[in-house]
Amino acid sequence: MPGIAYQKLEARQLLFWGPLALNAAVIAAGLGAAYVMEHSGHIVTGMNNQIVWGTPHVFAVFLIVAASGALNMASIASVFGRREYKPYARLSAILSIALLVGGLAVLVLDLGRPDRLVVAMTTYNFRSIFAWNIFLYVGFLVIVTAYLFVMMDRRASRSTALGKTVGGLAFVWRLVLTTGTGSIFGWLVARQAYSAAIMAPLFIAVSLLYGLAFTVIMLAITGWQSRQQLAGSEMLQKFRGLLIVFILAVFYFTLVHHLTKMYASEHYGIERFLLRDGGTYTAVFWIAQILIGSVVPLLLLVWPKSGTRHAAILIASVLVLIGGLAQMYVIIIAGQAYPLDLFPGMEVTSSFHDGRMAGYRASLPELLLGLGGVAIAMLICAIAVRLLPLLPRPAT
Amino acid sequence: MSCGSKCATGCAGGTGRGCAGAGRDRIDEERRSFMRGAAASVMSLGAGVTLYAFDADPAAAREPGEKVTAKNRWGLLIDVSKCADGCSKCVTACQDENGWRDTGHPETDAQWIRTLTVKNPNNGATFSLPMMCQHCANPPCVDVCPTGASFKRADGIVLVDKHTCIGCRYCMMACPYKARSFIHEPLQDQKPYAPRGKGTVESCTLCVHRVDSGRIPACVEACNDTAGGAMLFGDLNDPSSEIAKRVTALRTTRIRADLGTDPGVYYRNI
Ligand code: SF4
Ligand code: SF4
Repeated sequence: MPGIAYQKLEARQLLFWGPLALNAAVIAAGLGAAYVMEHSGHIVTGMNNQIVWGTPHVFAVFLIVAASGALNMASIASVFGRREYKPYARLSAILSIALLVGGLAVLVLDLGRPDRLVVAMTTYNFRSIFAWNIFLYVGFLVIVTAYLFVMMDRRASRSTALGKTVGGLAFVWRLVLTTGTGSIFGWLVARQAYSAAIMAPLFIAVSLLYGLAFTVIMLAITGWQSRQQLAGSEMLQKFRGLLIVFILAVFYFTLVHHLTKMYASEHYGIERFLLRDGGTYTAVFWIAQILIGSVVPLLLLVWPKSGTRHAAILIASVLVLIGGLAQMYVIIIAGQAYPLDLFPGMEVTSSFHDGRMAGYRASLPELLLGLGGVAIAMLICAIAVRLLPLLPRPAT
Repeated sequence: MSCGSKCATGCAGGTGRGCAGAGRDRIDEERRSFMRGAAASVMSLGAGVTLYAFDADPAAAREPGEKVTAKNRWGLLIDVSKCADGCSKCVTACQDENGWRDTGHPETDAQWIRTLTVKNPNNGATFSLPMMCQHCANPPCVDVCPTGASFKRADGIVLVDKHTCIGCRYCMMACPYKARSFIHEPLQDQKPYAPRGKGTVESCTLCVHRVDSGRIPACVEACNDTAGGAMLFGDLNDPSSEIAKRVTALRTTRIRADLGTDPGVYYRNI
């Protein structure tokens, strides 16, 4: 059985250093923003006592679920034994690590007291799903790093059993991790928009989708940098098929989530708010999440004239990620904007914005911090593929 | 160093600087003045108020270093029919006592206690009531807190340990009563017994510093002294306390009791 050959990124100086410098600049801006937020307090953000999790959480959760999904190629190759995915396994593992680190960085820097990271890492309340997530994230980094090692080390990679074991562990771990992330929201009984077990499988579906989209984009970028075609037409068709399946899966869970909520009259209010009366939130849902993030990419992929084109698959992936950010925005921010129901059936007012839809406008520092997280992920990937043989050989 | 839930004063809001013994002398002094104050209130105020003085049983003042135990469950009973429209005496008293105030940023300013106006959309009937941390027996804020900074004392008072709060705000997502505030700005002029900190979360402490020295919360005191006397503080676990008797005898409501949080704050005439 011939071994699969990998390569490091060989790019012309400018093509490598240019994007790297851009990422470094965005990271610097993000760190600066985090410093301002810590120094002046969260008053410089659009967050308040109504919207307590803002744009940084949108990016952080987006990157974290994408991280788990980015492992797709590696899982399909080792756990499901599909050899044609094997050339992409290493890239998928490093992308997965990079996205998680980017997401976690945003999460930590958005804390009120990021300087107490040590407290967060050493003092645990095991009843908290949040605390469990800290374990899941750290464990994921360790396992995927080990997985990458097993795939790359000459001796270790010869053992199919070892690869299958570590790959299998990583596969199970990523499912648990995404379930855990979804449960951060799903277990909030007090909030009308959350409190639903379906949030866990919904998060698994979105992770598969975003992760794959990131992989496609990463292959395109590194291919452009190295002036090579890193995924052949046959492979791209496989990606296309998977993208279609995952878009439909996300759509299905989103639909069921809303239908379930709509069925109970106690949730009419939140559904009306999200789907009809929520102003910007409603617009983001219909236009960015559904239209740009699902319908258009789906049409691009299934329409015979465009579906098979590489550009269409790439554009669909970019749209999916835009829709993904929108979806996180709707889940996280619109979900909080809807007031708590202290007296069901009654109208409540107070000096503390009770009974009112909360307004939120993302501020520049928040946006920079969020984008900084994406840049961290990209930078890690860029450096890793340059130094290590992680990329597939060009398609023939 | 974290004093966590073992701290004698409940660490109502230690900022990380030696909360353990800091309040000892002060508590002794507060206890003495409380003893004097309690005696005075029994004599000078009528029968109704005698009850409150009994309720805050002087025996409840813990000795410095004495452990908080589940023998007590501190709670409130609020008779909404005595809350006049527009009255905010409890709110002002809490602000004065604990040092939080309006800084002109209504969206981000902390509010430990607020008055809610509730209107029935069908007939327009309204009532007002004070709303603060409900000191839940099953507090979601405590369950979700990753570091255990949000904790419940044995006597039912729910607090945030400011040494270990990392400012993740998950407790704010989880609290069904919107009882918590995040400190968005640097603070000045803090009260020594109610320290607060930028980047951490806080909420009503049930005036734990007062309760530990045998006094009643500031809002209750202000309501009794200057408003309708709508609030009653006491030990729900002590069958002989006025609050326990009333909660047993009268029809009371707890807000969103359906969520199973088992709040320590009871309301009447809702
Ligand atoms: S009212 Fe909110 S903050 Fe207070 S104990 Fe209950 S859940 Fe926690
Ligand atoms: S903000 Fe503080 S008290 Fe609240 S959950 Fe986070 S660490 Fe716990």
